[in-house]
Amino acid sequence: MNPQQKITFLLNGQVETVSDLSPTTTLLQYLRRQKRLTGSKEGCAEGDCGACTVAVRDAQQGSPTLAVNACILFLPMLHGKSITTIEALTNPVDGTLHPIQQAFVDQHASQCGFCTPGFVMSAYCAAAEGEDTDDAHLCDVFAGNLCRCTGYGPILKAARVGASNSDSQGALTSTPGKDIPSGGALLDYQANGQRWFGPTSIEELAAICAAHPEATIVAGATDIGLWITKQHRRLETMIDIGRVQRLKNMEDTNTTLIIGAGVTYAAAYAKLAKRWPDFGELLRRLGGRQVRNTGTIGGNIANGSPIGDSSPVLIALDATLVLRHGGKRRRLPMEDFFCDYGKQDRAPGEFVETIEIPLDTGPDELRCYKVSKRFDQDISAVCGVFNLRMENGIVARARIAFGGMAAIPKRAAAVETALLGRAWTQATIEAALPAFADDFTPISDMRASADYRLHVAQNLLRRYFHESRLSLKETRLVGHGEALS
Amino acid sequence: MSQVATIDGGVHDPQRHDSGSKHVSGSAVYVDDIPEPPGTLQVFIARSEQAHADLAVCDLSAVVGSDGVAAVLHARDVPGTNDVSPVASDDPMFRAPDGLVEYHGQSLFAVAAETIEQARFAAAQAVIEYHEQPAIITIDQALAAKSFLEPPYTMARGDAAAAIKAAPHVIDGRIEIGGQEHFYLEGQAALAIPGEDEDITVHCSSQHPSEIQHTVAKVLGIPSHAVTVEVRRMGGGFGGKESQGNLPAAAAALAARRTGRPAKCVYDRDDDMIITGKRHDFRIDYRCGFDNEGRILGVEFDHVLRCGMSWDLSGAIADRAMFHADNCYFLPSVRIRSYRCKTNTASNTAFRGFGGPQGMVGMERVIDQIATTLRRDPAEIRASNFYAHKIKNNNDRKTTPYGMIVEDCIMQDLWSELSGSSDYHKRRAEIRVWNSKSAILKRGLAMTPVKFGISFTNTMLNQAGALVHVYNDGSIHLNHGGTEMGQGLFIKVAQVVASEFQVDLERVKITATTTGKVPNTSATAASSGSDLNGMAARDAVGKIKRRITAFLAEQYQTDASAVRFEGGRVFVGNESLGFDQVVREAYVARVSLSATGFYATPKISWDKVTATGRPFLYFAYGAAVTEAAVDTLTGENRLLRVDILHDVGRSLNPAIDLGQIEGGFVQGAGWLTTEELVWDQRGRLMTHAPSTYKIPACSDRPPVMTINLFSGGENVEQTIYRSKAVGEPPLMLGISALMALSDAVASVGDYRHYPFLDAPATPERTLWAVERVRQAAEDTT
Repeated sequence: MNPQQKITFLLNGQVETVSDLSPTTTLLQYLRRQKRLTGSKEGCAEGDCGACTVAVRDAQQGSPTLAVNACILFLPMLHGKSITTIEALTNPVDGTLHPIQQAFVDQHASQCGFCTPGFVMSAYCAAAEGEDTDDAHLCDVFAGNLCRCTGYGPILKAARVGASNSDSQGALTSTPGKDIPSGGALLDYQANGQRWFGPTSIEELAAICAAHPEATIVAGATDIGLWITKQHRRLETMIDIGRVQRLKNMEDTNTTLIIGAGVTYAAAYAKLAKRWPDFGELLRRLGGRQVRNTGTIGGNIANGSPIGDSSPVLIALDATLVLRHGGKRRRLPMEDFFCDYGKQDRAPGEFVETIEIPLDTGPDELRCYKVSKRFDQDISAVCGVFNLRMENGIVARARIAFGGMAAIPKRAAAVETALLGRAWTQATIEAALPAFADDFTPISDMRASADYRLHVAQNLLRRYFHESRLSLKETRLVGHGEALS
Repeated sequence: MSQVATIDGGVHDPQRHDSGSKHVSGSAVYVDDIPEPPGTLQVFIARSEQAHADLAVCDLSAVVGSDGVAAVLHARDVPGTNDVSPVASDDPMFRAPDGLVEYHGQSLFAVAAETIEQARFAAAQAVIEYHEQPAIITIDQALAAKSFLEPPYTMARGDAAAAIKAAPHVIDGRIEIGGQEHFYLEGQAALAIPGEDEDITVHCSSQHPSEIQHTVAKVLGIPSHAVTVEVRRMGGGFGGKESQGNLPAAAAALAARRTGRPAKCVYDRDDDMIITGKRHDFRIDYRCGFDNEGRILGVEFDHVLRCGMSWDLSGAIADRAMFHADNCYFLPSVRIRSYRCKTNTASNTAFRGFGGPQGMVGMERVIDQIATTLRRDPAEIRASNFYAHKIKNNNDRKTTPYGMIVEDCIMQDLWSELSGSSDYHKRRAEIRVWNSKSAILKRGLAMTPVKFGISFTNTMLNQAGALVHVYNDGSIHLNHGGTEMGQGLFIKVAQVVASEFQVDLERVKITATTTGKVPNTSATAASSGSDLNGMAARDAVGKIKRRITAFLAEQYQTDASAVRFEGGRVFVGNESLGFDQVVREAYVARVSLSATGFYATPKISWDKVTATGRPFLYFAYGAAVTEAAVDTLTGENRLLRVDILHDVGRSLNPAIDLGQIEGGFVQGAGWLTTEELVWDQRGRLMTHAPSTYKIPACSDRPPVMTINLFSGGENVEQTIYRSKAVGEPPLMLGISALMALSDAVASVGDYRHYPFLDAPATPERTLWAVERVRQAAEDTT
């Protein structure tokens, strides 16, 4: 099949074809400037406020309706998808509001109204997926939407009433997937002197990466989007891994969980949370719903951020990265991938194919502690992950990794040594605490001081110890299931 | 006589926001949503990258030649006055090429180009060299350098020092209170469209269209009559669009003037947070003498606030902090001194509460510390210090530090009702038991009051205008000087007009604020919107009704007193006429059906020299009980439950008022907990986007939130339908969150050691407070 050279997608039920806009044009720019659909707002241009939230669906039958941030999605990523914006929720003929919109009006859930379209879209997507409407769940639904006026109470109520009315009025039947124009084969889109590849098979991807080692590899663009909207950079060549089905697989062998590099946080959540509740809790608090719907675990690793939350947990779980260059694969322990700030062990032309997590860690052996100024949608000041095993009261295994404590996600080797082979007692814990200073020399920045980081890292070990004896209700302020309420 | 019908949507009715259905469908138009006229240019403001420096070189030749550039604008292109300040002529629109830059982010020049990307790229081509000067960033640096905007200002009554000296107990201390970014969801935005002659029309997102008008006229060197400013709505304001919209509006207007093309200036989030001022951060030092019952005998406050590089509105803000240093409490002897620091940071500006919240936090800290000292419940100490209740018929314990008599105090009523409905005492005891059994998590509870003075303290500003037309089909066009930023002002004033005419609300069309219809307005600020504009609209309606009444009285040969507007109809004696019919007949009889209305707040005065007067017409009251929890391993914390009782007088719209209260509380709690502004040593703001600056998210709202309007509420003053202002006061209910966290922290030392928890109570500050209290407890055992 010949490569496709135009971007085609469905926008509010109409086929759109794009052939001359820069491939780093964001969906929000397209909506507001090209289509004059100004209901979606720009509040931050970095995926943190949700004012630009729209709904996206894949062509595949049964694929979910996902809330995403239009401000950091590039147009070629939408090739072969269906997009619904706030404008399409209202009946175009008589202007009747969608039941969710009507509920927002009735419950006084808008004040200045600028964030409102985004909240309505988030509520709409959750309702379309039949999600729970208790407050705790709705707080997760809205974690990626900021409102500065209402205090959120009326919004929670509106989402609940709106979902219930939508159900009873049958207002959530979405457009069937067959209306979405087929994405077809490889997308090779060139405009504005820039080039975007959207391969569909892993072989195609490997070949393109090898042929264009200088290219930027894009997965969910929840980070790379900001290179454009915040750093105002120009990217020449981009390779999108988002259309490669193989990379979206999660495979469960008896001993290993294999996660494709294109698996989004949202897609990985259920499986990981079931296996390791604390991994789930960490993911629940990573970004907002919209970010988790597009961002990938593979991308979080591959961009090497010292503050990405996936890396410390994967290091603690002793995960292995499978990197691929052309037809060649190499396997690398996660912890060896990170060399220095912004520098990873990834050769030009090489890409992360899968992440392999051994399944020898029990559900409660793994504890993930994310410490940030705000519980939801915040970047960790410190992210501490502990994977310890006791045998006969002795520490038989210790894999401890931290984010936010060094220029890279890093293991606490000295602390591990101080624990291994010792009795699992308060005294052992206290004796191990000074080792943190051997492992880490954190910096002070806008998230926390160096002193705080070091002190909290130590206290997180104390927490792990407490949690081996107390219920989580006694140690946790937040979290699904067991936590202070 | 048949039963009189009532109208739909009059005052006191919980009407929905007038733009609600437009908000939810994305059809509400904000400035950046207005269809751009062909040829519209995009304007980018180029900023200083130093906090304090002389511009050594500023070569813009590469900017001019960059793709898509239509105009590069700098100081010498300003035909009028190069100033966009609201008061003191000290905010240059563009720094002169040989001038001094005074903060990181200060406007140097502007680029107008075909696209914003081109404008931004072009601006980056400028060659700028700085001679860096030592910068004053922090309060400490400002104090050390004695860098003040004016000499310290003092407000005092009695001899506080002597009273403290003679008191049985004395405490002292210091609290640091961080600033706050407005984080309105819609950034600053202006679209300027040139007209004929020198005319220019500016659509912008501003709480103060008249000031935008005057600023544009001043910058362009043209009379105000040539400038029309229109504001339909803002995507949030919170004080941040009182003066901070002047620069983008002036820049867009200047670009339009220079090129003859429409021009738009919209800040993106980072530009907005870096360029614009914020809530002032304060340091408050205090010293207080009190008796065995915790009654305050004398208190001294030193307010040190960071104003930034210019005045902006800092004078009035610092004053309002002083006016609220008493909060709800009678202070027999008091001395409040205010140090207004000039620093090399963005000029801080109005933010909901306008200094009042910071002053109030200082007072609440004092009360809290007294309670710990006496090992008493802070709620009891608070109650024993309240101003005397309004029913008390003498002025004993009613005089504020600035000599105003508090004539309307109802705090005692609110306090007892709320402590009952929130089960305060029982829960306080339960929490103490719970804490004794909980090793890691600790809970805290606090009840705090709010008394907030209503009126602009600059008496001149307490005036408003309205314009009402009745068209000959009976429909009504309402316009007034107030702006809609989400607070529901438009619907409230429309409800007033509906009630005054006694017609259904749907007859009243709410229209965009424009300087062409109502001139010389004040900012929609100081919570005064509905007080002022509601009264002005009523005045306008009254004029039209009197004309119609006179006409009907003559027509029916009866006395004017026989004419009544009621239930959608007009009665002349027993004759019932339709409103439409009356309007048509009046029109045919050549009666004017259009009127302006005006209102000036009575009774108020303020003498800054003696620091005495009656700056406020009345006070708004409220109280909140907040329960919070702290993780003593990390300092992470959250709010669990809030009970609020708030006085809005007789509410014009209870639904809108409840929304203001809930939103105000959450915004106030955010200010004191998660919202932290961080600058580096060179004065660069490190928290300039929501990725680093954390306003409350949905889950930060306390899961249990009970809000009630005080049922006995009725303004003792003759305000519009005896309602009270509601915009700012509820923000200060959030102070209870800080005090609840402090209570939780104190538990680790068995409540014997005061935690001195500063704001914002981030996990880090909270953890250090926990460690301090632990250390103090260890030291004493």
